[in-house]
Amino acid sequence: MGNQLVMYEEELQQIVRICEVLHKDSNAKAVLVIDKNGQAMASAGEVETLDVTSLSSLTAGNVAATGGIAQLLSEKEFAGQFHEGERTNVHISIVAQRLIMVVLFDERSSLGLVRLRVRKAATELTNVIDVLVKKSESSSQPSVFAEITDADIDNLFND
Amino acid sequence: MSFINYSSREINCKIVYYGPGLCGKTTNLQYIYNKTNPEAKGKMISLATETERTLFFDFLPLSLGEIRGFRTRFHLYTVPGQVFYDASRKLILKGVDGVVFVGDSQMERMEANIESLDNLRTNLAEQGYDLDKLPYVVQYNKRDLPNATPLPELQEVLNPTKVPEYEAVATKGNGVFDTLKAVAKLVLTELRKGS
Repeated sequence: MGNQLVMYEEELQQIVRICEVLHKDSNAKAVLVIDKNGQAMASAGEVETLDVTSLSSLTAGNVAATGGIAQLLSEKEFAGQFHEGERTNVHISIVAQRLIMVVLFDERSSLGLVRLRVRKAATELTNVIDVLVKKSESSSQPSVFAEITDADIDNLFND
Repeated sequence: MSFINYSSREINCKIVYYGPGLCGKTTNLQYIYNKTNPEAKGKMISLATETERTLFFDFLPLSLGEIRGFRTRFHLYTVPGQVFYDASRKLILKGVDGVVFVGDSQMERMEANIESLDNLRTNLAEQGYDLDKLPYVVQYNKRDLPNATPLPELQEVLNPTKVPEYEAVATKGNGVFDTLKAVAKLVLTELRKGS
């Protein structure tokens, strides 16, 4: 399991900030950043009413399925997807090959504007992720998990 | 691939239930969902056909409590068991942290079990995983049926590497939580080793 992703406070704040700026600049309802395995990482906008966990898992499944289609067609990947609803539209894009950026928007915005703003945000997000990946790969950081005991694990199941 | 969030103090892990069609993978998740406190679980999602056969996956997010100040969250997934959904099964194995193989005890499903287990090994290898190195447990489901294969025979064929194994009747919940706890423990132990 050497390829686990680790998130730190500093980078998370930067990712949240990118989401907030994108949310504002694109007039979106909400912005989510999800990892390709379906874990929600950060969000901005009207997320209180959203089931972010389910949305993340389904979006990741959707992106994985689309990636499978791309492979069958000898494409590297389809970098973006757009779903048009009656009230809400969804723009999905892959960033830095390992993250998914989801923008939910309505008639207050447009696909063109969202696309434009996503491009800028994706570049910034890529930079943050590059730093994060380097940081989690460097072995110098202490880990709390080395200290987990069998008793700690057993205690989780003592209900 | 586990996701450790130092900022929100969370560990997220992915467990996949694998096995032949109609072996009871979805039933395992449904039982866990029904018996878990509302505050410890999210919504269960089933992407199924009209006849309730899993089309893509079932998904159940579970929170198991805290460990050294970190909230442990497990995302449980099932794969579609039917042979022709192989492309979908491969996708769901991406980023897996632990695997449960659910075997169908019925004699006439033995071949399907073997085929599915081979398929698991192959599909994991394609993603760069080795089943023998992953947190992995075996469940023998449908032990209550009259046509169930004797346990020693199942063990020999479906668990040659002797990983933790559990007899189950998923419809009644027998063995369901034992299986989940076993794989969750292995995942957390692996996390400790890997850190």
